[in-house]
Amino acid sequence: MSDEQGKPDATEASAPETEPVGRHARVVLVDDHRMFRTGVQAEIGRTETTGVEVVGEAADVDQAVTVITATRPEVVLLDVHLPGGGGVEVLRRCAPLMAAADNPVRFLALSVSDAAEDVIGVIRGGARGYVTKTITGTDLVDSIFRVQDGDAVFSPRLAGFVLDAFASTDAPPVDEDLDRLTQREREVLRLIARGYAYKEIAKQLFISVKTVESHVSAVLRKLQLSNRHELTRWATARRLV
Amino acid sequence: MPEAAAPPVDVPRPPRKLYRSSDGRWLGGVARGLAGHLGLPVIWVRLVFVGLFMADGLGALLYAAFWFFVPLGVGGVGSERTPAFTTETAQDGRRRLVARKPDKGQIVALLLMVVVSMVFVGNVNLAGNAKAYLWPTLLVGAGVALVWRQADNARRARWMEAGRRKRTLNLARAAAGVVLVGAGVTGIFVLQGSAEHLGSILQAALAVLVGIALLAGPYLVRMTQDLSEERLMRIRAQERAEVAAHVHDSVLHTLTLIQRNAESASEVRRLARAQERDLRAWLYRPEGNGKDEAEEPGTVGEAVKRSAAEVEDKHGVPLEVVVVGDCPLDDGLSAQMQAAREAMVNAAKYGGEGGAVQVYAEVEEETVFVSVRDRGPGFDLDSIPADRMGVRESIIGRMERNGGTARLRAVPDGGTEVELTMKRAEKTP
Repeated sequence: MSDEQGKPDATEASAPETEPVGRHARVVLVDDHRMFRTGVQAEIGRTETTGVEVVGEAADVDQAVTVITATRPEVVLLDVHLPGGGGVEVLRRCAPLMAAADNPVRFLALSVSDAAEDVIGVIRGGARGYVTKTITGTDLVDSIFRVQDGDAVFSPRLAGFVLDAFASTDAPPVDEDLDRLTQREREVLRLIARGYAYKEIAKQLFISVKTVESHVSAVLRKLQLSNRHELTRWATARRLV
Repeated sequence: MPEAAAPPVDVPRPPRKLYRSSDGRWLGGVARGLAGHLGLPVIWVRLVFVGLFMADGLGALLYAAFWFFVPLGVGGVGSERTPAFTTETAQDGRRRLVARKPDKGQIVALLLMVVVSMVFVGNVNLAGNAKAYLWPTLLVGAGVALVWRQADNARRARWMEAGRRKRTLNLARAAAGVVLVGAGVTGIFVLQGSAEHLGSILQAALAVLVGIALLAGPYLVRMTQDLSEERLMRIRAQERAEVAAHVHDSVLHTLTLIQRNAESASEVRRLARAQERDLRAWLYRPEGNGKDEAEEPGTVGEAVKRSAAEVEDKHGVPLEVVVVGDCPLDDGLSAQMQAAREAMVNAAKYGGEGGAVQVYAEVEEETVFVSVRDRGPGFDLDSIPADRMGVRESIIGRMERNGGTARLRAVPDGGTEVELTMKRAEKTP
């Protein structure tokens, strides 16, 4: 669950669900499987215990854009595969809302897909993080608040993809700042890939949770802005199903 | 497209259907295809064509007709002599067909054609007026042959999916063909003595062409778009059918089993996990689908995933696997994989109730690192009785004997982590 300073502890399965919630997030669910939406709604939608209020649902790209524009939620849980162009298309059409100065809409990709190019695609489209659908309700609520705060959410698998994509290549980087991960960022990503929560990473590296968060956000920024063509090539090479 | 999975060259062709041969052909593959169809040596057919060519160019007409009407096929007589395509294993492990370079036969054929034409031109006794038209006609013929031949090549490349030839070369060939035809036609005009009207004729011709393009253009564009769209739909439908055929059986099978074992939660979970893994592997695996399960893993990534899947099946505990990079297995790495497997088994047995076991493998420049982490009660190596050799022998001992290191530690907030590091035998990019 989360504390009041926007520094949520990660993945404490032991945290009681009835803990009073000090915060609130308005969420839109975008997924073309009604059963899945119902399941998520049931798991996180009990506003009085989780602090999450589902204010809208959508099943395809057009619907999603309409609902998101109308409700202006804080966080959108976005599926990668959607009729009408996929999650990337929703992100593209909601770009002004994401960039809004006051109360920007943030996106968290929530997908069953394992394909690297799907995942990297939505992240590069502007999503603040990616979690798989196997995530527990508690972890999902936690991730929603983290995204609401503007932080990035990396699942172990996403961390693995990023490490893979940024693996050192012989080609000189176009932009030194963007095209390489620092030693510390790599360390943090490695620990995320090994299943550590932010708090555990902080303890392990003797840094604060806030520092871990800023490293992860820096990686996300690099992932979204990096223009080195390896990223694209890397994803394309894995596209051949 | 169905032809995409063209059979190897040496598969016997279905009888009694005439194709032009795309293998070892000199010009359009007519002679070779005909020879294959009739069961004659190809040289005889070629000689007959040459002979007919002498008879007022009948051979050329006949050849052109065959070229135009007979579809291009693979094979023909004597095609086993040189395989036209060889498979080569690319870096990413996928196989692809590679087209053989054009052989000397085609150059010989071209020279031969020129010689025969010379002889023909020299021999034929035409009235001086008609004879003058010969060269332009030959030019037009050569241009047409060049362009037609290219169309064949493009089609063949599409079948074989080996169409990586340079575009510029193709464009150059087409341009050369057009120039040849243009030169021939212009020559005829000039000879007809209408050279002084050439400018106005060209203008008129251009005007007509533009008019036709304006009238027919939209229809043509529309038609080609429709055609390619239809082809795309067909390919998609075929892919979908293939996926369905695979998914259908196994999923239905699993669902039946789940219904039957509904009261056994662990069995249901096991079945569901196994099915999920199977589907994922099938849908998202980067290369090749339907790889044989029984095959020995050849790389670190495969080995880790395989072990995790087996442990998951056996102990009913989910294992989340993340692999960064990959490399082929060597002796040391195989030992590391076995140690990792032991660690996974331990984690699933003793730490599985705390949630998914996290497996992480990273291939670095010189070493391979594997970590297995559970969220169970944790354990202390020193507190384990000395007679329990599992961890000491099968993990630590095994790693050290092979020149690697193993580290076990309790994670502060619960759980155990096993870290295995092994040097790679050699750096392979």
